[in-house]
Amino acid sequence: MDMRVVRRICQIFFLALFLWLCAVMTLGTGWRQLRGWPVNWFLQIDPLVGLGTLLSTGRLYAGMIWSLAVVCMTLAFGRFFCGWVCPLGTCQQAAGYAGRRTRSLAGKVAVNQYHGAQNLKYWILAALAAAAAGSGMFQGMMHVPWLVAVIVCIAIGYFRGVSAFYLGVGLMLFWALVAGFQKIAPGFLQIGLLDPICLMQRFVNFVMLPLVDGGIVDMYPGNRFYALGWFSAAMVGFAVAASVRIPRFYCRYVCPLGALFGLISQASLWTLFRKNVQCRKCRVCEKDCEGACEPSDRFRVSECVLCLNCMASCPDDEIRFGIASGRPLPIDLERRRLLGAVVLGVAAGPVSRLDPLNAAAWNPELVRPPGSLDEAEFLSRCVKCGQCVRICPTNVIQPAGIEYGFSRWATPVLNFRAGASGCQLNCIACGHLCPTAAIRPLGLDEKKTLRIGTAFVDWGRCLPWAMDRPCIVCQETCPVSPKAISTRIHFSFLDLGPLAVEAVDAAGIHLKESVLPPDQLATGDYYCVTGQDVYLRILANTDRLLVLEDSGVQHPVSEDPIRIAIRLQRPVVDPNRCIGCGICQHECPVRGKPAICVTAENESRHRSHALLISEPQSGQP
Amino acid sequence: MGPEDLISRRNFLARALQAGLTGTLVAGGGILFYDPDGPMPPVVQAVSLPDFSISGIKKQLCIVHGPDRKKSLRSAFQALGGMESFIRPKDRVLIKVNAAFATPPQLGATTHPELVSETVRMCIESGAAYVAVTDNPINDPQSCFELTGIGPAARQAGARVILPDPGAFAPLTVPNARLIRNWPVMVGPFEGITRVIGMAPVKDHHRSGASMTLKNWYGLLGGRRNIFHQDIHTIIQELSIMIRPSLVILDGVAAMVRNGPTGGSFSDLRRTDTLIVGTDPVAVDAVGASLLQRSLDQLPFLEKAEAAGAGTVNYESLNPIRITAG
Repeated sequence: MDMRVVRRICQIFFLALFLWLCAVMTLGTGWRQLRGWPVNWFLQIDPLVGLGTLLSTGRLYAGMIWSLAVVCMTLAFGRFFCGWVCPLGTCQQAAGYAGRRTRSLAGKVAVNQYHGAQNLKYWILAALAAAAAGSGMFQGMMHVPWLVAVIVCIAIGYFRGVSAFYLGVGLMLFWALVAGFQKIAPGFLQIGLLDPICLMQRFVNFVMLPLVDGGIVDMYPGNRFYALGWFSAAMVGFAVAASVRIPRFYCRYVCPLGALFGLISQASLWTLFRKNVQCRKCRVCEKDCEGACEPSDRFRVSECVLCLNCMASCPDDEIRFGIASGRPLPIDLERRRLLGAVVLGVAAGPVSRLDPLNAAAWNPELVRPPGSLDEAEFLSRCVKCGQCVRICPTNVIQPAGIEYGFSRWATPVLNFRAGASGCQLNCIACGHLCPTAAIRPLGLDEKKTLRIGTAFVDWGRCLPWAMDRPCIVCQETCPVSPKAISTRIHFSFLDLGPLAVEAVDAAGIHLKESVLPPDQLATGDYYCVTGQDVYLRILANTDRLLVLEDSGVQHPVSEDPIRIAIRLQRPVVDPNRCIGCGICQHECPVRGKPAICVTAENESRHRSHALLISEPQSGQP
Repeated sequence: MGPEDLISRRNFLARALQAGLTGTLVAGGGILFYDPDGPMPPVVQAVSLPDFSISGIKKQLCIVHGPDRKKSLRSAFQALGGMESFIRPKDRVLIKVNAAFATPPQLGATTHPELVSETVRMCIESGAAYVAVTDNPINDPQSCFELTGIGPAARQAGARVILPDPGAFAPLTVPNARLIRNWPVMVGPFEGITRVIGMAPVKDHHRSGASMTLKNWYGLLGGRRNIFHQDIHTIIQELSIMIRPSLVILDGVAAMVRNGPTGGSFSDLRRTDTLIVGTDPVAVDAVGASLLQRSLDQLPFLEKAEAAGAGTVNYESLNPIRITAG
């Protein structure tokens, strides 16, 4: 059987699996909803996510251990992931196939030539890894295993050649440099920007699913909205479109995950190789070479994505997959450029953190999902995969734009106007799904007392405060018990002035002048205030007659003028009880710029954002 | 100019025909899409809901005491002459529950799933051809129906659960009303319905005083319904005549006496062990008010609903049947 058929089936299977796992990521118990489906699987088998978080935190969180299996398989077979599993690779391969179908043989061969710029992806990887490690190395030094790992690296570098030795020393020096930046330089994890799995997760979650939702199947009641979805679409769109002219453009030049696999594949056991060193150089093998790995020349194992097209197209059946004798062609990473990339990466974190947004001028609009670690630690873990954004049942978690700082792009932030409601009191989905524990998994009891922010009433916009209109929708919808929003009763006198009384009888109070708006005061909220300061609810009225409730109090017999007041309940937030869920903000009838808004004040994850003089006992006022 | 530069007659005719046809198509298309008037102010075709109250029977009210909702419900209908006297064979029944919040049923903020399933079962036993359960909740609809247990309970008992979707809303005007004029109301689920049952728990409500079966119809409103809180008693009054249900069931087994209407803690509930079934929503709510120990003065919407002709607050005038179950 032609192995290419197996490979194609495999690619289609994993692409379908990827889409399926995105589609089932919907809260619910149905078979096509989140019900034990391993929806994080692709992220967890992604060694770049594993390596990145390992470098930035010194830990390999839970499911990320799966990535070791892929590393082991790469050590055995090379970049099988790129050619057989990666969904972005499959999409690019399809585009590349379509793009070169009508080309001549020479044209096909021409687009598949190795290019020196394919080294770019290694430098990107070096920069991203160095950025992630910038602080991780420092924090990690506190741990003996990390120290041992550094020593082992240097030792290997020494025995394998001077360049690696220098590299190790260089890294150590940069660690020393970054250590000086400790105050402003916790982990700078940006691998999610370019990691193909994160890229595809964002694309499918933020763009594809919201577009197809409601077509054949309903995945949500109502629509889904995602901030900056277009940018995710543009990135994947560009990678696929570029592949029409340059097959697997992204894999060859950009992909840091491909670069990581390329490095690992240097040690892989099985590779593609030619039986005889001499061939007739017909280059037919290069007409469909996905990786541009020069099968007719030196077989760059680090570029080969195991598409196996060369094997099938060689007229002399010269190409084999097996254990070759001799070392694979080493990658020439051009030491100075590599060093440059590392310097760039290590410097990027501290430089970006010079922004006061990362210090005293933190953005109060940045309300993170419940369970998010403190901001520095959060950023050293979040890979921008968008899983929390996808699972959120109310769509209140949105990918952040760059208004929170460039390094926070596509990280989750709560937008209480975009969602279908606020953060639900009994929902802990995001933390349980987060593949890297940037949002740690919470229990329901903890969730109910964990503050993600505090609601503030804007007296200038609130109807009962500013406009003498009853409302208190915020108080009604506040989900905590006892409610975090209480009300203060206030009687506001109407702009009618004291009204002279003509007579008082069984029917009610007759006024001297016809000044009342007929039937408008019978809503149950208006009161007649007598000369003796007695408040009586108005049951009905004409332009001069007021019918009042029978309160057991004598109606005013004197001719003291009366006044009309509206009874208002004005909302007041108790910051001890408010957890910042934002349901009040979402329900506030002042929709555009709500009269009650949640900001990150008093959020539990930062003691420095505390608002109150004492920490309340959990659940207690 | 030689003769070879001249177009042949045949060619000329062919090209003239081509040009003529294209011109006709363009002109025809232009005329087809021609709009001399521009956009007009929208004409709203306001719909209204039919009267679902059961004609030909006098108003009935049953107050059952007992801690077991299912038993109380069965006893109530037994005392009222059986569910068959309300639901006829082939009836299509819509049950409007209170599923406003995504909270577990034990907290009493929503209609209890046991009551939903039992009512659905009794409707089907009486021969109902179709039973649906609906609400337009405040929190995320799907979470609400799942977490409250109403969704699974209804489906298990054989009812359809209808979540709100934009197509279900249509502008509705209540005759002589001040607030509900061309207002989007969830009328979709009422299509083809012959009987409507309202089911709500007894709850404290800071703005209106109490949330029971009348306030429960608020959940049919769409749009920016929150603005009606500015005149809460009038909106409940208008809701009481917007929809005239076949019967209502008020769950006062565990009344939410404070922190309503969301509750959130068991300490917000008080055991009142009462279930009220009746055909007069105002009378049913008046009984519910007594469970909250609230006077009519504290709940102006009750007398306003009576004034609008939705029922009577004087529930004793209906000679309520009082029984004890379980």
